[in-house]
Amino acid sequence: MTDMTLRQWLLTDAPTSRRHARLASFYKGWLSLRSNSMAMFGLGILVVLVLAAALAPLLAPHDPFAQDLANRLQPLGSEGHILGTDSLGRDILSRLIYGARITLYIVALVALIAPAAGLLVGTVAGYAGGWVDIVMMRITDIFLAFPRLVLALAFVAALGAGIENAVLAISLTAWPPYARMARAETLTIRSSDYINAVRLQGAGPIRIITKHIWPLCISSLIVRVTLDMAGIILAAAGLGFLGLGAQPPSPEWGAMISEGRRFILDHWWVATVPGLAIFTVSLAFNLLGDGLRDVLDPKEGGQ
Amino acid sequence: MSALEISNLNVWFGDGPDRVDAVKGASFAVAQGESFGLVGESGSGKSTILRAMTGLAPTWSGDITVEGTSLTGAKRDKGFFRTVQMVFQDPYASLHPRHTVDQVLSETLQLHGINDIDTRVETLLEDVGLGRRFRFRYPHQLSGGQRQRVAIARALAGEPDILLLDEPTSALDVSVQAEILNLLTDLRAEHGLTYLMVSHDLAVIAHMCDRLAVMRHGEIIEIMDAATLRAGQPAHEYSQDLLGASTAP
Amino acid sequence: MSLLGVENLWVKFPTRQGVFDAVRGVSFSLGQERLGIVGESGSGKSMTGRAILRLIRNPGIVEADHINLEGKNLLDMSERAMRDVRGKQISMVMQDPKFSLNPVTTVGAQIIEAYRQHNRVSKAEAHKKALEMLEAVSIRDPERVMRAYPHEVSGGMGQRIMIAMMLIPDPKILIADEPTSALDVSVQRQVLNIMDGLVKERGMGLIFISHDLNLVSEFCDRVLIMYSGRIVEVCDADKLHEAKHPYTRGLLDSLPRLDQEETHLSVLNRDPAWSDTESVRG
Repeated sequence: MTDMTLRQWLLTDAPTSRRHARLASFYKGWLSLRSNSMAMFGLGILVVLVLAAALAPLLAPHDPFAQDLANRLQPLGSEGHILGTDSLGRDILSRLIYGARITLYIVALVALIAPAAGLLVGTVAGYAGGWVDIVMMRITDIFLAFPRLVLALAFVAALGAGIENAVLAISLTAWPPYARMARAETLTIRSSDYINAVRLQGAGPIRIITKHIWPLCISSLIVRVTLDMAGIILAAAGLGFLGLGAQPPSPEWGAMISEGRRFILDHWWVATVPGLAIFTVSLAFNLLGDGLRDVLDPKEGGQ
Repeated sequence: MSALEISNLNVWFGDGPDRVDAVKGASFAVAQGESFGLVGESGSGKSTILRAMTGLAPTWSGDITVEGTSLTGAKRDKGFFRTVQMVFQDPYASLHPRHTVDQVLSETLQLHGINDIDTRVETLLEDVGLGRRFRFRYPHQLSGGQRQRVAIARALAGEPDILLLDEPTSALDVSVQAEILNLLTDLRAEHGLTYLMVSHDLAVIAHMCDRLAVMRHGEIIEIMDAATLRAGQPAHEYSQDLLGASTAP
Repeated sequence: MSLLGVENLWVKFPTRQGVFDAVRGVSFSLGQERLGIVGESGSGKSMTGRAILRLIRNPGIVEADHINLEGKNLLDMSERAMRDVRGKQISMVMQDPKFSLNPVTTVGAQIIEAYRQHNRVSKAEAHKKALEMLEAVSIRDPERVMRAYPHEVSGGMGQRIMIAMMLIPDPKILIADEPTSALDVSVQRQVLNIMDGLVKERGMGLIFISHDLNLVSEFCDRVLIMYSGRIVEVCDADKLHEAKHPYTRGLLDSLPRLDQEETHLSVLNRDPAWSDTESVRG
């Protein structure tokens, strides 16, 4: 073992322990993701975003909430304010950096809630079949039939404005596509020989769904989630823009655009800069999602 | 006592005008320790009989008796799964693509309530001629023959008495087929297993089985000894045709 | 006269562990004969067939000194010229007809379309031709089959339809890659007999790729035996059972036999030297 480099150890065809097997397959996935330069570009942006959010107090040149009415609506590149200031004289760069925290918070919460709910509903419906399937899928259809933003609006209106409620509203409108996808995958997996085989060992439906069907659905869900991230960020921004998401003075990106809207003709950067931030992060998620699809797709597995 | 007795078995799929009768009035018995073959072309219903026994084809009528216990419907209890196990046709489709050999076997042992999983996994691998170095591999890191060995190890994990073999070698190369058939022969001798084997290949059935049934369009048309088949003396015309088609001139 | 000459053919796939050679320096020629290529999965037999038509998908690479079709090197041709070669001069029949026919169009429409692609004739004319072709592959009720969708015909029928379609442009060479492995034994022979008759009648060259030694020895004139990307032995098909190479012998011996009883089948012991010896010219 000693004359083996770490790389060889990770690329082995004959792993020696459970941990080794898992690490080796993880490393191979990482290698094929790394060979996709666009995906790595997306991943790079997201790493920068996470770092910015984590180190916001160190990175931000100003307090994001400090108003300075004498310095309001400064243009790009003005002294001390690289990205200018907004209508209350707050530094836009600092607000963007702190806003990354809110954006990540929303994205993370939605990414946890919506796919999990969709996965549960979809796999149970797909595996159980019969009337369980019919009832669950009709409920899914009802949610799907509503326009997303309108449904979110109704929820926020009922629950009150605020980030948590915005997240809940977005999650409630985002899960049905995942449920459909998980159900479709479950239908093909359900009749496969490896599921029959474990059924013949006496495994019950809960074990089959959680241990055998979920691992195969999750990879395509992850891909779908990363591709949907852009939409989620935009939906959160949209709610913020309508004043139903994050409340001022919170530096949520959508809310920042909303505030900048009033000056968009004379002071375009106030709305444009957070817009560009949303665009960049959405793009990053899309690129990463595309790359992950190549790595995680079980049909490509092993090659 | 017969290990396995099937009488007047009907299996169908669908309902009303779409109903397809896959098996019609099949009856046969397999003695303890015997190896029995089912031969026929695709669509003759030979695999469907196995599926009805294991509960994978839920709509059937007739009697299926396993070691004296009558089966009903599609539900099978733990005792059944400890007595009867199945090896599937395509080893590429019968192993979960995201589970290592170790996961497959440990889970099976756990489901059968067997303790001491670590040593049992290694013995099982040893039994099917795969060393311990295969233990943590994923299916895609194995060849077709190795995968089928894992599938056989999984079937043996619960120490069953009866093994249902659904074309266990038809997806494999001939040299690998020989290895797997030899393995099955040895395992039967070692563990005193009863085999019910399905195949379209008369030579494989003649090699593996003591007796066999020829099926066509869901019906058993003839039951004979392997010796009768070897001698080229099946009674039914269709069996003669099958035999003719599978022996090279 | 040689229809096809392949010289020093390599098929390479770059992988993370280095370059994997699926075919390693294979040379053979094909006349107006039936040439069988046998070997186990992974021996490179299918890759050889596909490489001739340059159908190896990325990132695979085909290299050869030449692949000459009647004096023209296929490797020098543009992709456009290759497309012309693929239907008109060399046709290929694949293993499973289900994947080769378009599921949403009737069989008849597909044959007529294929025919009209190669011949400028009216629809009615093409329809008549299509019926004739289906009759040529021994389909008894061609009118009904013309109206059927691919999922409504049996595997054997589907494969006969594929053969009919492949023969429309009157190719000089037919490459059949395991054309009957998805079929039942009784149908297998029927399909092969039809293919055999047509090939003989038209004086075509046939490359028959299969894992089934018995089938190949029965339906071919000459057989190449491939092992790990190389040809290890070439012999006349009717003398296949007297083959000398230990690999061929091993394959033959590992088959269970109806005429003799044995408790254990003989198992092939692979000698690493087999894959190192130079490829035999076929």
